[in-house]
Amino acid sequence: MSDLQTLESSTLTAIAGATDETALEAVRVGALGKKGTISALLATLGKMSPDERKTAGAAINALKDKVNEALTARRTVLKDAALEQRLASETVDVTLPVREAASERGRIHPISQVMDELTAIFADMGFSIAEGPDIESDDYNFTKLNFPAGHPAREMHDTFFFEPDAKGERKLLRTHTSPVQVRTMLASQPPIRVICPGRTYRCDSDQTHTPMFHQVEGLVIDKSAHLGHLKWVLEEFCKAFFEVPNVKMRFRPSFFPFTEPSMEVDIQCRRSGGEIRFGEGEDWLEILGCGMVHPNVLRNCGLDPDVYQGFAWGMGIDRIAMLKYGMPDLRPFFEADVRWLSHYGFRPLDLPTLAGGLSA
Amino acid sequence: MKFTLSWLKDHLDTTASLSEIVETLTRIGLEVEHVIDPTEKLKDFTVAYVIDAKQHPNADRLRVCMVDTGTGTPVQVVCGAPNARTGMKSVFSAPGTYIPGKDMTLGKGVIRGVESNGMLCSAAELQLSEDHDGIIDLPDDAPVGARYVDYAKLGDPVIEINLTPNRPDATGVHGIARDLAAAGLGTLKDHAIKPAAAAFPCPVNVKLDFAAEDKHLAPMFALRLVRGVKNGPAPEWMQQRLKSIGLRPINALVDITNYVTFDRGRPLHVFDAKKVAGNLVVRRAKDGEEVLALDGKTYTLKSDNVVIADDKGVESIAGIMGGEHSGCDDATTDVLIESALWDPMNIARSGRALGIVTDARYRFERGVDPAFCVPGAELATKLVMDFCGGEPSELIVAGEQPKSDTAIDFPLSEVQRLTGLELERSEMVRTLEKLGFGVISQSTNADRIIVKVPSWRPDVEGKADIAEEIVRIAGVDNVASVPLPRIDTAVPKPILTLLQKRTRQARRALASQGLVEAVTWSFVSKEQAEGFGGGQPALALANPIAADLSDMRPSLLPGLLKAAQRNADRGFGDVALFEVGQIFKGDGEKDQRMAAATVRRGGSGRAWNAKATPVSVFDAKADAMAMLAALGVPLGGLHIVSGGQANLPAWLHPGRSGTMQFGPKNVIGWFGEFHPRTLEMLDVDGPVAGFEIILDDLPAPRAKPTKVKPKLELSDFMPLERDFAFIVDRSVKSADILRAVQAAEKVLISGLNVFDIYEGAGIPEGRKSVGVTVTLQPREKTLTDAEIEEVAGRIVAEVTKKTGATLRG
Repeated sequence: MSDLQTLESSTLTAIAGATDETALEAVRVGALGKKGTISALLATLGKMSPDERKTAGAAINALKDKVNEALTARRTVLKDAALEQRLASETVDVTLPVREAASERGRIHPISQVMDELTAIFADMGFSIAEGPDIESDDYNFTKLNFPAGHPAREMHDTFFFEPDAKGERKLLRTHTSPVQVRTMLASQPPIRVICPGRTYRCDSDQTHTPMFHQVEGLVIDKSAHLGHLKWVLEEFCKAFFEVPNVKMRFRPSFFPFTEPSMEVDIQCRRSGGEIRFGEGEDWLEILGCGMVHPNVLRNCGLDPDVYQGFAWGMGIDRIAMLKYGMPDLRPFFEADVRWLSHYGFRPLDLPTLAGGLSA
Repeated sequence: MKFTLSWLKDHLDTTASLSEIVETLTRIGLEVEHVIDPTEKLKDFTVAYVIDAKQHPNADRLRVCMVDTGTGTPVQVVCGAPNARTGMKSVFSAPGTYIPGKDMTLGKGVIRGVESNGMLCSAAELQLSEDHDGIIDLPDDAPVGARYVDYAKLGDPVIEINLTPNRPDATGVHGIARDLAAAGLGTLKDHAIKPAAAAFPCPVNVKLDFAAEDKHLAPMFALRLVRGVKNGPAPEWMQQRLKSIGLRPINALVDITNYVTFDRGRPLHVFDAKKVAGNLVVRRAKDGEEVLALDGKTYTLKSDNVVIADDKGVESIAGIMGGEHSGCDDATTDVLIESALWDPMNIARSGRALGIVTDARYRFERGVDPAFCVPGAELATKLVMDFCGGEPSELIVAGEQPKSDTAIDFPLSEVQRLTGLELERSEMVRTLEKLGFGVISQSTNADRIIVKVPSWRPDVEGKADIAEEIVRIAGVDNVASVPLPRIDTAVPKPILTLLQKRTRQARRALASQGLVEAVTWSFVSKEQAEGFGGGQPALALANPIAADLSDMRPSLLPGLLKAAQRNADRGFGDVALFEVGQIFKGDGEKDQRMAAATVRRGGSGRAWNAKATPVSVFDAKADAMAMLAALGVPLGGLHIVSGGQANLPAWLHPGRSGTMQFGPKNVIGWFGEFHPRTLEMLDVDGPVAGFEIILDDLPAPRAKPTKVKPKLELSDFMPLERDFAFIVDRSVKSADILRAVQAAEKVLISGLNVFDIYEGAGIPEGRKSVGVTVTLQPREKTLTDAEIEEVAGRIVAEVTKKTGATLRG
């Protein structure tokens, strides 16, 4: 074996034996550095005859290329190995749980959600939202709404009163959101299209009644709105709200002091277990009261009943929430039990829209 | 209002089935609440003849009966009743029959070795009475094989109507029949009531003793004596009807008054004439006057109540309940029949004040037909004479029948205007006439009629009422749905007010912070109201439903704090609740504000990668800031004023809370940990923190002519950060340091933050180190070291000047 072959063999063995980049660099310097074995061979070329140089030069350069190649290859191998090792050392247990995001825990109360749903539906139908105070005068809550003083219909309302003031007037907690209708009619000119959602109060507490509850009423006043329009609005509302293609409704003549004619409305449904389905079945479920605004109410609100006419309706927000989302009882709505709220509440970004569907 | 089908048929000639009647009643506004049809549960029980009853071979107490059930083939039945005997007639049920009294379906059986193919029944097994001592014993003429329910006339279905307060006429079966007849379900039977022939003058006189302004309290009072009556049980049919509707038969005279009350909506009263001293006076009660009423209770009256009195005192509370003293019993021989009219409002008020609910009050407060006052007395007289005999006096009438002559000028087109329903003129007129309205056509105008309202319909006052009568009988279901035309056919415009929008956004923002929305009562206890700045008398309910729900809430916080504690008591200690709702600062309209509030209790909970931290003032502040940011409130002008200052509410921890305000006047809310005394008062244990912000008080965004956002300015130069550690007194607020930094350099500073707070070794006692990082954003050119040093120097100088800081070495 020639010296060159020996050198090649020993250098390549050294390269292959280098276990890290430092060792490999030492081999490189030993062979190709200024004082390296191959550099030393190259330095001898100058003293050679041209012929010798031609042969030897080619051989030495070939050796140099081979060594460089081996160095590069070995370096890649070592680098990959080092990376492997680093990755292995960085490994964590990805099955560890992460903290629940705040938006995962937060909830919107079903009443707020249903109010947003009502808003989406009625805004599209051209209604705005009117609001009024919870503490009302007897005049707005009863008298202007055609409840004669002392009439039995007032008794049916179980009103919460405050103590009479210095003038002997006693305020009350509104028993319905109808005073907002009065305020709307007094403050604006027809055409009027509003819904009035809000808290209402009756001195009543049992399995199905709470002293505080939520109502939404609607009011349409113009020169031609009639019972047929009212039926259409309520049918369209029920389809949109319950998200069913069809509903069947039954309008029963009834009595409210502030409407004439007055009706109670039942919606056809099927009950099975705890679930209620609308648009099918044989049962009737009462869901709202409605009617044409009483001429006395129009007059009391400064509108001529021979010129203006319209209709109004009212229903329980809590109740329609229960019907749609299946809460069996009313009382837990106001008990702030996080188990109930987390279960029946809605995620913060479940924003009801008509375009995206009211409920997810 | 309850009645039976047969009772209805006394007034209505009809072939309609029960279900048609029930359906129609609901359709025309007399909502049927319940129908109890005894036929349904008893339809399979038949009359049977016991051909032979022999001792059971294996049981002393049993008999083996051969029973003729009308099919021709005798049936063998084992019977345990002591009264089972040969030749009797009883009630039989075949195998497969549901036995209501036992809640089981009868099967074939072998009893002690003898086959039994049915059962002979006791009244208890049919749920007809409590009697289960033996099987039903029927008279010999009972027809074998007939349905027992038909034979015993038990099949009279009871109908209960949920009557609306506007329909006094339907408090009587006759009025209900009139409505059904108008709806096409038959013909109303008109029972003419003949006045009794008076045999003698009425020996008792009546005086309506009222001041001129009180005449309306008792406009009319009819009275008659029937002497020589023999009181006792009313006829079986009347008792049966009264029992069907839940009334207890007492004696014929009393039962007659109850019967006419339901039959005609005409309450009556009967006095035992021998117990009445002298003449009757109808008057206001004297304050403090007492009466022992028929319900056995003594009532203390006030001058608001109207009474019927004799020489000895009050005999009856007018229109509400008679007195015990002059009540009729089996010994009564002379009876005074009263048929009177009372003021509906007075009866309603008196009844409510005295707490008496009777069938008479129910009718008088709705308005009893004034024209039926005298006929009612005559009807009662006839029934008394039919059942009890006797001789009638003449009928005396004090006062007079109030006029009921409402006439309404009604354009028939009103029906279409209000309901959209197109009806033939003839149909509308026919409906009104069948309901008892008088209709006068006008020759000059075919559309207009004059409608005369019958005396029994005080609720009908105007055109809308007439339209309702026509439409309810025509059927509201026949009104076609018509799309409501849009006022504006364009894409719907936004409709929410700023506050409505912010209320909605606040909820979503707080839920996104991980808080759960609660809806708590608008009322709290007086103590809680006072503890949160409320409790003024104007906001205290006169009739609270419970002592702890007595005052309108001045804040959402007490409700949320109590709710958080309730959850903790159930084992959920880490709770985060919020509410967005109304609070009350006074009873005026403007005193009702819309607030958003949170309460966090407990802590963050343990996790493998983070320590469990208890909630603190900074959780509350973070929630508040997140909500304000989400609402788009410009926060530049927001000042956080530390606790301990004058306007900080007493319910917050003075050292761990802050006031949020825009300028010195506009306080929008507070955040912080709660005062230990407040928590103690509410019985809440910590750690708890929260905030409350009044959404009405938030500044409105500036109105802008377009939606274009301001131009984005991007610098070409790298921003750089410099850190400063200031040593200041412990009491120095970080906000003051940051404000000083900001003031030192108004152009270059683009960011500012506190990255470290340190007290302890290396820092003098009573002082702290505040690490502030300042981001400088060069605008024109890269800053030189000298320029940076110059800015830093100015910052240090300004902070030192404002806060007495030294730079940490």
